[in-house]
Parts: sequence; structure tokens; C-alpha cells
Amino acid sequence: MSAAATDLDSMLGRRWKRPPLIRRAWLRWTLTLGGLVYLVLAIASVEVNWSRVYEGLDRGAAFIMSFARPDFVSRAGDIWEGLLESLVMTVAASVVGILISIPIGLGAARNIAPLPVYLICRSIVALSRALQEIIVAILLVAIFGFGPLAGFLTLSFATIGFLSKLLAEDIEAMDKTQGEAIRATGARWTQWINYGVQPQVMPRLIGLSMYRLDINFRESAILGLVGAGGIGATLNTAFDRYEFDTAAAILLVIIGIVMLLEYLSGLIRARVR
Amino acid sequence: MLRLKKLVKTYKTGDQALKAVDLEVPKGQVLALIGPSGAGKSTLIRCINRLVEPTSGEVWLDDIELTHLGAGALRRARRKMGMIFQEYALVERLTVMENVLSGRLGYVGFWRSLTRRFPQSDVDEAFRLLDRVGLLAMADKRADELSGGQRQRVGIARALIQNPALLLVDEPTASLDPKTSRQIMRLICELCAERGLAAIINIHDVALAQLFVQRVIGLRFGAIEFDGPPDALSPEVLTTIYGEEDWQATIKKDEDAEDDSVEEELA
Amino acid sequence: MPVREISGAKVWRRRSTGEALLRWFGWLVGVAVFLWCWQRISAATTWFFVWDAPRIAGDILDRATPPRWSYIDALWWPIWDTLNIATLGTMIALVFAVPVAFLAARNTSPSVWIIRPVALLIIVASRSINSLIWALLLIAIIGPGVFAGIIAIAIRSIGFCAKLLYEAIEEIDETQVEAISATGASRWQVMVYAIAPQIMPAFAGISVFRWDINIRESTVLGLVGAGGIGLQLSSSLNTLAWPQVSLILLVILAAVVLGEWVSAKVRGAII
Repeated sequence: MSAAATDLDSMLGRRWKRPPLIRRAWLRWTLTLGGLVYLVLAIASVEVNWSRVYEGLDRGAAFIMSFARPDFVSRAGDIWEGLLESLVMTVAASVVGILISIPIGLGAARNIAPLPVYLICRSIVALSRALQEIIVAILLVAIFGFGPLAGFLTLSFATIGFLSKLLAEDIEAMDKTQGEAIRATGARWTQWINYGVQPQVMPRLIGLSMYRLDINFRESAILGLVGAGGIGATLNTAFDRYEFDTAAAILLVIIGIVMLLEYLSGLIRARVR
Repeated sequence: MLRLKKLVKTYKTGDQALKAVDLEVPKGQVLALIGPSGAGKSTLIRCINRLVEPTSGEVWLDDIELTHLGAGALRRARRKMGMIFQEYALVERLTVMENVLSGRLGYVGFWRSLTRRFPQSDVDEAFRLLDRVGLLAMADKRADELSGGQRQRVGIARALIQNPALLLVDEPTASLDPKTSRQIMRLICELCAERGLAAIINIHDVALAQLFVQRVIGLRFGAIEFDGPPDALSPEVLTTIYGEEDWQATIKKDEDAEDDSVEEELA
Repeated sequence: MPVREISGAKVWRRRSTGEALLRWFGWLVGVAVFLWCWQRISAATTWFFVWDAPRIAGDILDRATPPRWSYIDALWWPIWDTLNIATLGTMIALVFAVPVAFLAARNTSPSVWIIRPVALLIIVASRSINSLIWALLLIAIIGPGVFAGIIAIAIRSIGFCAKLLYEAIEEIDETQVEAISATGASRWQVMVYAIAPQIMPAFAGISVFRWDINIRESTVLGLVGAGGIGLQLSSSLNTLAWPQVSLILLVILAAVVLGEWVSAKVRGAII
């Protein structure tokens, strides 16, 4: 419909169509066609061994059934050890990660940090976020040897990237006038942070920390796959031996703990708001 | 045409929003519903088309009783009642034309509405209505690009394309400036006269209501306190509806003489 | 407000004595828990290796540089696979996440007491378990390969997308829904005309956001045998071919940065 045709008579009896999302016709067609071609190529390149999948259906059913009767008992010792190690790593890494990420978060906020500090802190954040936990864990295991220390360091490092970035964004978005009011009283830099900045970002920092604790626990469950400690190793063994009822038990425990952590963090976040 | 019998609405919190309201609206009558906030005006309007389920009582539209209709029959009944909202309630991310055509949803099937293939007669009617409310050029604009007054016009077109017998109008001018408010009220009343529609207009602005409507209902604590022509709204009446206040400035200017004598009596 | 009298003068304190004690006790417990955790980690660590770590790190760095650039020719196909795992996995996840989200949202769920908890359980189960574990499980069931990776990514993403989506659904403007219902529209028409337009931006944002995350995750799925570039990483690590490892890490880094860039661009275009 042309923009000029705005008198009623010329529009009556004309078919109406919704204006397309992308107005330029060639772009619309290129995108649609490109998307379709990609999809066809992508799907064609996935090799599926359907007979293997078909065979697997039995095992899949067996696995789903094993959720109905999870076996907590026969490998109770391994499960308990792995779980405890996961929790220990989670707690220690969260504490250390949070403590380190506060100064880095302050440094990565452009409105309170000088440029050189800002650049250094931002690059630490970028590095930590770009590197996958599991890859960091592989490297750290190679350097520090097997065991929970590598897992602990991995999680701490990942926590720094996550928390510092969000904290910095929060500080950058905070209300300037409150800080200025504190400045105007003649406060020192540390007092200014304590009175002008901290009250504004504290509730969110606590909320984010709880959220990160939750993520750290979930991540700690896979670090064991590469030898960095935690419940992952036990789980891996269970899958390798096709002990689905033990695997189901471990997964249920993980789900339960994650739910508990989410519930707790919900409570705490509601309180500090 | 519309009859409410002993309509009661009690919310889960225990608040009784409507206490056995009886009301009859003949065909083609435009009436204003006034009353303080929380008097139950919105609830009354929403109980008629059952956006809020009434607790007890009956709502008769012509010879259909609405409160016990099943889902399908309720949808057919809702087609006969156009509704206009305070904050316009347009679907902001759809175009003006889609918003107007959404008034026909009760008449077209799901797949036609999903693919936007409305019958040509509906499309023509939508164009006519947009022309009538002065927004034909905006047909393909998105609703959130319009100003408040323009949005309310789209809302009116959406209600009218339903081809209703009754308009339920909930605070049509509360979010508009005084001039636009008048224009919108005039438009609604003109359209009702053109098409012989009855309308229940729930409105805060008493003076504005007096300018345009034929009948005023005053609601207080969920009960009807006043029912009469707009001229009969005296300070005493407003006091019974809203409570004690100086009503002089609120009431139409051409009644000044009469009001003066009233005020002397009060003093 | 706690104001105490100390030797006749009124002194303002931020907290009353009981509160202050409780806080100190809380901190004490926290520190004790942390120290206990640290002690356990320390007990499980061979400190000899740790003191040796700088030398080993230097050694690895030495061997890993320069990366073996020619190895890139063997990586094109795995990169393509990785991209497909992320994209197809995200698409499958979205197909399932949309109905789950509608069932889980308080205002659209057909039954708040039966169906909503089930939908929430699906979301929690899917979210709690990392895609690597899903991959491990799927490999045990349907065998290794790209297909297992796609399904693992899909299962993991359902919960994530459904959670964000149902939160968006719960935040919609109800008056728009009222307005459409008042025209006599059916339940499905209300869905298409009143709810869908309102959650569209959120939906698009969530899809791209998750796709970005899935690019990261699909790069490591190969470590457990679920296809993609992680497979090459795993075999290079096993043969201690550090120059190859460093090249693969660079490729992964590039993929992650590229994915984040694309997703930021697309999200910027939507909003």
C-alpha cells in the first residue's frame, strides 16, 4: 500500500496484508533463503545411526525407569565422598571468587575507576568469561595435578568473570546523585564507596552471589569429568558401567540440591531487597 | 435491552464491590456511571461482559442471560458488547489495522486470524472506521507509535467493528488531556447516536459527563445512590455520592444561578 | 533505633547489642565453614605438584607455542559440526520450551495445581544438569556423535529458555489480554493476538542469548564424545600434542567471541 493512498474510496475493496517485519524485499528473501539453505545443509550433515539409536531406546527406557527406583545404597560411599567434595569446592570457590571479584568489579566500573585500572580489570573479566570452565579445568589439572584444588581454582576464576562484570554494570548504572551527596559532605574515597556506592549495589551483589553459588555447584558436578574433583567422576563411572540406577540417584541428588539452593537464594534475595 | 438483576460481586479478599445492583438500559441510551474510586464502577462494567465473574445475580442482554453461559456462548455474547479501556489496551506491538481487525476475532476462525486473512468485508469496514475516526493514514503504523488520543480512537474503532449493540466504556478519558478528552467523549457519543448504540460510560469527570450523556448513575460502595438526568446532579447529590466537598466548580457553568440558591441553603 | 545510654550519654548504634552479637556469630560460622572447606581441599592436594606448578606451566606454554597452524585444515569440519550442534540444538529446544513455558506461567497455565508444578519440574530438571552430563547420558544410550550432542544441548536449553520465557509471560500487560478477550476471541486467538506480540521481543532475545551460550557449550561437548571440535581437543590432549591444543583453544576463543558479537548485534537489532 503506498503512503499516498489515504482516501477511503481508493482503499475500499483492496486486500490488506500485514506489513512484513523486514521491509526491504531483497533482504527478506535473502535471509529466508539463506536460513533454509543452511538448515538443509546442517541437517544433511548430521549423521544419525538410526539402528544404534533404535537399540539405545531400550537403554533409554531403562534409564528413565531407573529414576523410579534410584539406587542410593550400593555406591553410597562414593556418592557421599563426591558430593561432599563438590560442596566443599563450591563453597570455597564462591567465597574466594566473591572476595576477589569485588575489587575487580569496582575497578571495572568506568564511573569510579581511573582508565588504566579500568582496562586491566576489564581484560581480566573478558579473559575469564571467554574461557570455558571445563577448558580452564583441563589446563589447571595439567598444571596442578588431579584433585579438588584445580576445581576450586577453576570455579573461583569463573566466578570472578561473572560477578565482576555484573557488579561493574550495576555500579555504572547506579544513581549518581546519591554518591555526589556523600562526596559533598567531604567524605574520603573509601567512605564514599562505603556510604554512597555500597548501599546501592549491596542487595544485587548478594542476590548475584547466591545465584553464582548455585551455578558453581552445577558446574562442580562436571569438573570431575576431567579429573578436577567432585561428584562428576562418580557420575562418569556410573555411566561407563551402565549403572543407571546409581546415575539416576546422583542426578536426583544434584537436582535436589540445586532446587534447595534456588529456594534459599530466593529467600535471601527477598529479604535483602 | 440490558438488564442487571441483583448483581453482586464479592472478591476473594471479602470486599463487596457490588451490592445487589439493579439497572435497566434501554436501546440507544448513553449513560454515565460516576462515583468515587473503589465504588465498583469498573467491576460493574467488567461483570457485564464477564471479564470479572459476578458472584450472583443476572445479566440479561436482550433475551440472553449471560452469567451462566458456557465459553462458546459467552464469546458469541461478547461480540455484541464492544469495550473501550482507560489505558487504551491496544496490543502495542501490532499495527493499527491489526488492532482494529482484532475486533472481528469473535467472527473469524482461528486459522484465518492466525494468518491475518480476514474477509474483505471486514477489511473494508476497518478502513471505513479508521476513516471515521480520522486515522486512515495510520493504518500500517504500529500502535505504540501513536499519541494517547489517537490510540483511544483506535480503541473505539476496535470496539465498533464488532458491530455491537452495547458499548462498555471504562474511563475513556482518564489518561488524556482536557481537550482530547472532550473530543473522545464527543466521538463516542456521536458514534452511539449514528448507530443507535447503548453505552455505559464509566467516568471520573462529572462536568464532562454532564455535557454529553442522557442519564447519570451514581455509584457509592457498590450500590446505586443516584439515577437521573444530568441536570438533576446537585451538590447534595454529589455529596451523597462522593462525600463532603465544595461542588460549585465541578458542576456545569450554565446552572450557576440555580447553584447559588442551593449554596445559600447549605450555608 | 537502638540508642543506648553509656555513662549517662545517649549513644547511637547502628544495631542493638543482640543483633550485633548475632551478626558476629554468623560471620564466625561462615569463616569456620570456609576454613573447614579449605582444609579439606588442602588435604586432598599433593602440594609438591603445586609448588612445581609454575615450572610445569612454563613448560606447557613453551611446548604449546607456536600453535601448529597447518592443523587448521583438519578443523573445518569439526567447526561446522560445532555450529550445527549449537544451532539445531537451540531450535529443537525452542520448539519444546514454548509450550512448557505457557504451561508453567501462572496466567496461562490451564491448571495451577497439577500442570504447572509438572512444567516447573521439567524446567528444574533440565536446568540443574549440565549439558556435558546430558551428553554423557545420551552417549550411553544412543552412542557417540553429533546427534547426541544436538539432543544434549536441546535438553539442557529447554529449561533455560522455558524459565526466562515463562517469566516474560507472567509480566505481560493483562489489560491487552482483557481487551482481546472482550471482543469474543477464543483462547487460542487471545494467545496469538494478545500474548504472542507482547512476548515476541523476549522470545527473540532469549533465543539468541541461548544460542550464544550453546556455541560455548558445544565446543566442549566433544570431550565426552558428543561431536564437534572438542573431539579434536580431547585427542590432542591425550597425545600431549600441545601445539594442536593451543590452536584449538584459539579457534574456540574466536568462536566464542564471534558468537557473542553476533548475538549482541541481533539483540541490538531486535530491541
